[in-house]
Amino acid sequence: METAPKLGRDVPPKKDKLQAKRKKPRRYWEEETAQSAAGASPGPPSNKKRNQELRPQRPKNTHILKKSRISKKLQVPKKPRERKNPESQRSLSGAQDPFPGPAPVPVDVVQKFCRIDKSKKLPRCRSKTRNRLKVAETEEEETSVTAARSELLLAEEPGFLEGEDGEDTAKILQADIVEAVDIASAAKHFDLNLRQFGPYRVNYSRTGRHLAFGGRRGHVAALDWVTKKLMCEINVMEAVRDIRFLHSEALLAVAQNRWLYIYDNQGIELHCIRRCDRVTRLEFLPFHFLLATASETGFLTYLDVSVGKIVAALNARAGRLDVMTQNPYNAVIHLGHSNGTVSLWSPAVKEPLVKILCHRGGVRAVAVDSTGTYMATSGLDHQLKIFDLRGTYQPLRARTLPQGAGHLAFSQRGLLAAGMGDVVNIWAGHGKASLPSLEQPYLTHRLSGPVHGLQFCPFEDVLGLGHSGGITSMLVPGSAEPNFDGLESNPYRSRKQRQEWEVKALLEKVPAELICLDPRALAEVDVISLEQKKKERIERLGYDPEAKTPFQPKPKQKGRSSTASLVKRKRKVMDKEHRDKVRQSLEQQQQQQEQQQQQQHKQEKAKPMRARPSALDRFVR
Amino acid sequence: MKVKMLSRNPDTYVRETKLDLQKVPRNYDPTLHPFEVPREYVRALNATKLERVFAKPFLASLDGHRDGVNCLAKHPKSLATVLSGACDGEVKIWNLSQRKCIRTIQAHEGFVRGICTRFCGTSFFTVGDDKTVKQWKMDGPGYGEEEEPLHTILGKTVYTGIDHHWKEPLFATCGQQVDIWDEQKTNPICSMTWGFDSISSVKFNPIETFLLGSCASDRNIVLYDMRQATPLKKVILDMRTNTICWNPMEAFIFTAANEDYNLYTFDMRALDTPVMVHMDHVSAVLDVDYSPTGKEFVSASFDKSIRIFPVARSQSREVYHTKRMQHVICVKWTSDNKYIMCGSDEMNIRLWKANASEKLGVLTSREKAAKDYNQKLKEKFQHYPHIKRISRHRHLPKSIYSQIQEQRIMKEARRRKEVNRLKHSKPGSVSIVSKKKKHIVAVVK
Repeated sequence: METAPKLGRDVPPKKDKLQAKRKKPRRYWEEETAQSAAGASPGPPSNKKRNQELRPQRPKNTHILKKSRISKKLQVPKKPRERKNPESQRSLSGAQDPFPGPAPVPVDVVQKFCRIDKSKKLPRCRSKTRNRLKVAETEEEETSVTAARSELLLAEEPGFLEGEDGEDTAKILQADIVEAVDIASAAKHFDLNLRQFGPYRVNYSRTGRHLAFGGRRGHVAALDWVTKKLMCEINVMEAVRDIRFLHSEALLAVAQNRWLYIYDNQGIELHCIRRCDRVTRLEFLPFHFLLATASETGFLTYLDVSVGKIVAALNARAGRLDVMTQNPYNAVIHLGHSNGTVSLWSPAVKEPLVKILCHRGGVRAVAVDSTGTYMATSGLDHQLKIFDLRGTYQPLRARTLPQGAGHLAFSQRGLLAAGMGDVVNIWAGHGKASLPSLEQPYLTHRLSGPVHGLQFCPFEDVLGLGHSGGITSMLVPGSAEPNFDGLESNPYRSRKQRQEWEVKALLEKVPAELICLDPRALAEVDVISLEQKKKERIERLGYDPEAKTPFQPKPKQKGRSSTASLVKRKRKVMDKEHRDKVRQSLEQQQQQQEQQQQQQHKQEKAKPMRARPSALDRFVR
Repeated sequence: MKVKMLSRNPDTYVRETKLDLQKVPRNYDPTLHPFEVPREYVRALNATKLERVFAKPFLASLDGHRDGVNCLAKHPKSLATVLSGACDGEVKIWNLSQRKCIRTIQAHEGFVRGICTRFCGTSFFTVGDDKTVKQWKMDGPGYGEEEEPLHTILGKTVYTGIDHHWKEPLFATCGQQVDIWDEQKTNPICSMTWGFDSISSVKFNPIETFLLGSCASDRNIVLYDMRQATPLKKVILDMRTNTICWNPMEAFIFTAANEDYNLYTFDMRALDTPVMVHMDHVSAVLDVDYSPTGKEFVSASFDKSIRIFPVARSQSREVYHTKRMQHVICVKWTSDNKYIMCGSDEMNIRLWKANASEKLGVLTSREKAAKDYNQKLKEKFQHYPHIKRISRHRHLPKSIYSQIQEQRIMKEARRRKEVNRLKHSKPGSVSIVSKKKKHIVAVVK
């Protein structure tokens, strides 16, 4: 059965084993198992009805129930205020607190905010440093719990679409959805019939408020698509290959036939950048203020739009580049090549960081989801594959499509849209940012012409489609993040707020050299240079100042301090140290062996049973 | 078919009138805030740069003395009042908030060697080269009255320093011996000597108030217990210690300002190894004073600069100098932990901020929040090379800068010689003495 993409926001764990036991104080979020029995519950009136309105109930299969029980068990052991005297819980008036102690927090929500990997052991260091690390860890735990508590304050719930039992959501037409939803949402579905200027590329601004599109025959326009107010409309009298908003909606980069142009929101040409010529695809890295351009000549060029300088021009050495996307998690650029590989680029490195062989035949489209975990690719071999980007770069899902997808896009909540000819398919997974299952589409839509560009609108349940017949804004319930952060990208911001944000964003522009596969790598300890420093210091001093001084037995009284006994005591300590060393090395060896065995096990498992070895086996790590 | 679309009511996100505050909904989901570490790093870098931009520590110069300022004293009750004694025997009382001299006394003939206030703040004591100890009232004389000391004690020898007990009406002077006086008596209650030499300063411990420390010109630091007739113990260093200062928070810690350009922080329970050797000055250190938090201290040096050291670090965190400031003779950290005063040879008392880039005055809550946030960021990223370089960079006068280079070369040469000796001698025959222990000659009990 196909489910909606993640129904409620982390519905708190339910408890259904309560009814048999004696009555316990019940939390207001706990499922009321026996309404009649709970009639005299001391807690606030249940809001179950409201919950039902907002979030439909989950399909009650055993799996989820089991999961919820686990999550209940795993709840953060936030030290319950232990009081020896139960009487003391009573207040002055004699009323008993029905909810003693701090409110519990679901563990998976806390996990989301955790930044320290607790599985790693604390390094061996001085006790002072160790204490500081411990304090930092407890602080971090507290903050993540507080942050998890603040989830309760989020105002909006994500959208969803669910069929009646047995009904396939993919067969629901846009017209039906438009009919079913409220007027404001229905107004978000529209078609712009622009047959004259040929297939369009679309781009939403980072706040999701503005839409820019550029047609193959030179038509460029930008509009506030929510109010349908046109900002500018021009014809550049040249082929438009791609269009992209820069950091705010005030600036617009257009890749035209020859050069790259930058327009403002009035349509006035501000810059013509001749160093970027024959650009086919554009990507803007908002936190680095870098405009990445892929050109026909095979160069990937990074342009710093805040100072107008070219930061890096990298030769991909793979011919014409026309498939490009960015990883929003680490700002790495993914390029798809005609030999079936996808290469990952950073402006700091001249060579690709990673090369992944994805398809037999050229790569047609690449997309990376917002958490930077999954990459979807489609190739000329009509395959649609989803890769894991967390170090293994292995395909997780694959599926053959009858036509093959020419355009791919991930939504904020992890929905995958693919444009195949004039049909758009959208797949969904279970829950937010989870792997979309490629079995049954969540929604499909047929357009009046072949798709040329598609993008999910941030913070709105809308998929923007550019095709040869114009622009279509398609409703995709549950695609967007419902709660935006006002200081990051606020769709409702005023002009003053935008200006304020712009200054702040420019002040904290991340240098281009910091782009790497793991954006948190900067926070890790640089062990190599530390050891190098230590070595240099020892060389300079002529001895190791931190070395352990050899054991010198203390002289004892009453004739026990003979040379023989001193030597004996010395030998005893030496032997003990030696034994410890041997024991440690043995343990290490054992651990290594176990690890190797595990790895072998994994590899054997990962290898699919195939009669003949494939050419792709060469690339398995 | 059940369907729900994301549909926001703009009224909940847009302010109603222009007089309202803008509504800023927050969502702390990490996926909405990517590049957390690099952005924090850039913020820390900006904060560090701004700190250097706003580092303007010099506040005021109090002029009026007609000779070099030899000693300073804080008022125990009033933050704004400061007393100073000069080399021509003049004592001035200053009001820091007005930056004015409010009273001038010709106290002694010759130098004013020491000045200290009584714990209640009603009177103060001075000692001078004319072999007298004088007690003065803090308030000026009434109309028509003569400026006269409350008491005058005529001694036999020159007194070089004085300090008052923190709780009781007792004070200690030093000269050829350490004398402890009752305020009411003209003869010392007890005199303590250890060897024959001139003692340059004596200081009462602010916590264990019966403990005293003194330093003499025969290179030693002597500790006394007032309840005993004899001194406790002494430590002999390589060179003479000019003055010591007790940590106001940790009873057993004191710091000694030494002629060999270093400061030594000692634990009085274990004098054979100093807790920390603070080295950054390029000339003799003349005075030292702790901040009231006990975390940092300020030192004045003959090299025309003052430096601020954290107690636990051997390098200074800050250096203050001006073109006109000559050899700094005395320094004090004010009781509100915000300012530093130093008196120097060229007759001026200078007022500095203890934290060079601090904004003075009342901060709004947003300013305070921003300050705290930036402070935390700077702390978090302090070891990153780029940030470290910026935060450590100081402009120095050419004389100090070249001296530092010179001494670096000397130190390097000494080190190289030591390494060579170690390398070419029989293993075990040359003992390695740690940097801390190198300067301690002996501990005598």
